Amino acid sequence: MELLHFKKDIPFMSYGKLTTAISLLTFLLSVFFLFSKGLHFSVEFTGGTVMEVQYTQPVELNSVRSKLDGLKLGEATVQSLGTSRDVLIRLPNLKDRTSAQLSNQVLAALQADNTQVELRKVEFVGPQVGEELVTSGLTALVLVCAGIMLYLAIRFEWRFAVAAILANMHDVVIILGCFALFQWEFSLTVLAAVLAVLGYSVNESVVVFDRIRENFRKSGMRGKTTAQVIDNAITATMSRTIITHGSTEAMVLAMLVFGGPALHGFATALTIGIVFGIYSSVLVASPIALALGVKREHMIKPVKPKEEAVV
Amino acid sequence: MNRYPLWKYLIIAVALIVSTLYTLPNFYGESPAVQVSTSRSAIAIDTALMDRVEKSLAAAKLPADGIYLDGNSLKVRFHDPDTQIKARDLIQQELGDNYIIALNLLSSSPAWFAKLKAHPMFLGLDLRGGVHFLLEVDMKAAVDKTIERYSGDIRRELRAKKIRYGTLKRVGDSLELGMRDAASLKAAEDVLARMLPNLTLKTDDTLNKLVISIKPEEFVKIQTDAVKQNITTLHNRVNELGVAEPVIQQQGANRIVVQLPGVQDTAKAKDILGRTATLEVRMVEDDPAKVAEAQSGLVPSGYELLDEATGRGGVQKILVKKDVELTGDNINDAQPGFDENGTAAVHINLDSAGASIFRQVTADNIGRRMAMILVEKGKAEVVTAPVIRSEIGGGRVQISGSMNPAEANDVALLLRAGSLAAPMNIIEERTVGPSLGKDNIEKGFNSTLYGFVAIAIFMLIYYRVFGMISAVSLAVNVLMLVALLSMLQATLTLPGIAAIALTLGMAIDANVLINERVREEVRNGVTPQAAIKAGYDHAWATILDSNITTLIAGLALLIFGSGPVRGFAVVHCLGILTSMFSAVMVSRGLVNLVYGSRRRVAKLSV
Repeated sequence: MELLHFKKDIPFMSYGKLTTAISLLTFLLSVFFLFSKGLHFSVEFTGGTVMEVQYTQPVELNSVRSKLDGLKLGEATVQSLGTSRDVLIRLPNLKDRTSAQLSNQVLAALQADNTQVELRKVEFVGPQVGEELVTSGLTALVLVCAGIMLYLAIRFEWRFAVAAILANMHDVVIILGCFALFQWEFSLTVLAAVLAVLGYSVNESVVVFDRIRENFRKSGMRGKTTAQVIDNAITATMSRTIITHGSTEAMVLAMLVFGGPALHGFATALTIGIVFGIYSSVLVASPIALALGVKREHMIKPVKPKEEAVV
Repeated sequence: MNRYPLWKYLIIAVALIVSTLYTLPNFYGESPAVQVSTSRSAIAIDTALMDRVEKSLAAAKLPADGIYLDGNSLKVRFHDPDTQIKARDLIQQELGDNYIIALNLLSSSPAWFAKLKAHPMFLGLDLRGGVHFLLEVDMKAAVDKTIERYSGDIRRELRAKKIRYGTLKRVGDSLELGMRDAASLKAAEDVLARMLPNLTLKTDDTLNKLVISIKPEEFVKIQTDAVKQNITTLHNRVNELGVAEPVIQQQGANRIVVQLPGVQDTAKAKDILGRTATLEVRMVEDDPAKVAEAQSGLVPSGYELLDEATGRGGVQKILVKKDVELTGDNINDAQPGFDENGTAAVHINLDSAGASIFRQVTADNIGRRMAMILVEKGKAEVVTAPVIRSEIGGGRVQISGSMNPAEANDVALLLRAGSLAAPMNIIEERTVGPSLGKDNIEKGFNSTLYGFVAIAIFMLIYYRVFGMISAVSLAVNVLMLVALLSMLQATLTLPGIAAIALTLGMAIDANVLINERVREEVRNGVTPQAAIKAGYDHAWATILDSNITTLIAGLALLIFGSGPVRGFAVVHCLGILTSMFSAVMVSRGLVNLVYGSRRRVAKLSV
């Protein structure tokens, strides 16, 4: 069985202007949302207490709220977690109480009128931890980029390295933009997913670049322009791109559907990352490499003529 | 040309056998067990204890599935949780308070797996339920306490040597001692340099001032000691909880991680960890009339009948006054050591207030006994009750008697444990209930399974025989990854399961690259055998490049990530390594088996 077999090369590079315009637009929109709405950081970053409780009977969120209001713990938010029996409670940090006391107090209040409540999860993070997470997260991001660029620069050419990283950053910013736009919770696991996308999506670019390099070396490609060589490389790898991404996406979708709330953010970030990963590796990375002026000579080192000794 | 030499097949076969072997323990599940251990080094966990436990269980008709002596703990396996709980209560009653009796789960895999060190994967707290705390030690308080102790010591030394001094005040992290004249300044410097070698002394001759600061290496020692002492204290408290495999570790310079897997009563755990134990010094009443009266059940008012540990697990009653002479707050340090006769002793260092009280108390009570009492959980226990032989001044107290070095160590630990070296704050807490942990495992496992099945079916339809081979090598990848995780005993968390799923999704990329390449070669009119070779050769460079870039990202996550991110990164990195082996070597081996031996292959099923 074969789904994608193209007899002729698709002139991807001639759509360069259009795709660059689309990318630029989505990128700018993402940046706009990031700044206007900001990310909805989880407790891990902001500090605070999150409790997950499960009732044996369906429960009214308002009754939970009123019980919490009675405790006067500041701005507590209560939301349901998928079912009417699972409730998520967020509490701000309080100076005069430890989280242990806080969660015990809340649980006691919820159980006050003999309701069957089970404490499923408590997470408390102090303010100092959050700051560290942000710095180490950013360090990781920068180092991943630097490491990948260095490797690609050595293995291919700096123009490819720059193009791949730009395409990748474009994916990452779009994921972040989506999280900002819909105000989905940005947790540590989502951060892990974002960084994984960085590694994953560069994969894509590498496969295409690899093919471009190979094409430059082929004798049959001698007379072709760089754009034609790139078009051929993308067309030849198209089938693999779709199938690989389809497989990974199948896995991620399984997580999204069956993984429950704990894996939801992770799977969401990856889903967006994979969809844009296909797009960016084909239609962002290669045009940038082309725009940066990749040539056959960059890939094939000319055989140095032996220097003759000056007598 | 598509034949592997025998050694390559052997490598694959060995890898498969080893992987299967180390993956197997994960399928046996766990059975309930009771674990017996102790925090006291004077008490041995040995075959004698094993005998005792076995006999008492047999007497109570509680059948054990097996008893194992494992390093410093004794593990007894049971058939069902009901027996487990009954046995726990029985063993607790039989052995007394000096042992820690905890409920645990043991792998039900046959014993020979354990001999091969093949254990099931080590599950993180989010999968098995439990409590995780990150505590930060307040270093400023530890330094403050030390400086206070030194200023007390300085005053005492100078007074003892009858050197008159002016003011002693704290400036920043150093002390300034004002002296009357140059002669006394010199004298003070000599005395302090000899008696307190951990301090740096600097004289200011114009102002007759002595600037005393703590040496930098001493500062470092204060901090490491503070963390160490707090860890010891936490260990003692956790022991009360009866947790089977607690993790208490230092993290960074001033943080402590406490993980209590499987703790059901999380509220109690928090309570006990946050509790402060106190040490009290009170006088013992040895008047035979009053003791007899107390033992008959009529404790005189103002007195209390307490338990005294006599070492080797025994307990005797002792009558003490209710008046508290001194508390643990006045103890700066307690260390095990030896007295001048060479017998084991505990050296206690009191702060200045404590020293003067102690001198007064000892002067008034020569010949009588004083009790050191540890009050924890509202329960008081006499740690030791030595006889006062003479007035003790100077704040240095030595307790010796019928102790062996191990017991001296325990007493010192208990005395220190009474107080924390510096206050700690909980800066991170995660509690996962056991039911959520089970849900997490199930959901994580199911999503991985469904994803795998979807990919396998697709590969089968799309690439036929080559697809089948790809699916098999993907399964080998899972097998090897699980085996590796079990072997390394790396902690598997929910993000780790997500990483398994994601790694599988990404690993198929290598096979897709290969299969596409083979198809392409066939399309270009290359013979089947040559197409296989060319397909694998061409794809290899791409696979290597793309895996290395992914690995770079994975390693950065591993180094800079914390908590869930690291759990993800460990599995992700391992998965990339196993996928390179399985997708390239194993799948090629299979292809060679299917096609390589045939002389003529008319058509490849790809």
